[in-house]
Amino acid sequence: MSLLSKDIACREAVELVTSYLEDTMSRGDRKRFERHLEHCDGCAAYLDQVRETIRATGSVGPEDLDPEVLDGLVLLYHEFQLGAP
Amino acid sequence: MEDEELLEKLLAGDEQAFRELVSKYHTTLVRVARYHVGSEAAAEDVAQDTWVAVLKGVHKFEGRSTFKTWLFRILVNRARTSGTREHRMVSVDPTEGSATVAGSRFDTSGAWTDPPAPFTDVVEARLDDAAIVRAVHEAIRELPEPQQAVVTLRDVEGLSTYEVASLLGLTEANVRVILHRGRAKVRAALEDTVSGGVQ
Repeated sequence: MSLLSKDIACREAVELVTSYLEDTMSRGDRKRFERHLEHCDGCAAYLDQVRETIRATGSVGPEDLDPEVLDGLVLLYHEFQLGAP
Repeated sequence: MEDEELLEKLLAGDEQAFRELVSKYHTTLVRVARYHVGSEAAAEDVAQDTWVAVLKGVHKFEGRSTFKTWLFRILVNRARTSGTREHRMVSVDPTEGSATVAGSRFDTSGAWTDPPAPFTDVVEARLDDAAIVRAVHEAIRELPEPQQAVVTLRDVEGLSTYEVASLLGLTEANVRVILHRGRAKVRAALEDTVSGGVQ
């Protein structure tokens, strides 16, 4: 199955970055996508942005927990730790 | 500190280890639970029940999977049994609303008129910048439901697409479609922050 019949437009290329990064494209589509990137600074930059986004999302980590919620959960610790069989 | 080390301390009766595990995972647990249940309050309850199950069951954890995988499995089992199923009807139609970059950035032939600039080094250099951290957190918080759970598990927690699919009861293909849309929104938020902040 080929998603890309011939040359692809940038508007289509940006929708393929996840398939590309997840490595789920056919070999032919992958080649066409890479060929497009070689000639297109905009799409190469877009792919770079998505890669950096993934890295930033992983580095930044989850949001800080509300201290009150944390204290509430620590009460569970005392309840179940002491009551453990 | 690594999870395995925290678990050992938890087993030894160290309250601080429990605090650290909760700080590390509770927000994510609530987010993933929210995918399965009908309200924020119900999601909080499921996440809380999960910690109770951890405290009761940690002696039996054998380390055959990572702690993280074990934890999320407990959560999902609890969320599924208490979940109001209407929430699972979320559409993951791959053809629906498929454009993830504003159409105004392309000309009629589909070529860039407003091409992006590479992030490389810019984001990296500013990762401890509060504006970047806030932009990522806000963008994820604003994602609609399946995207929020998928981006959190895949990109924040770094689980594989396979693991995310099995935790959320989705196919891997659907996880990728959802991930694609969610990441695109986080990317757009970062682009705004970076271009707004660079002179």
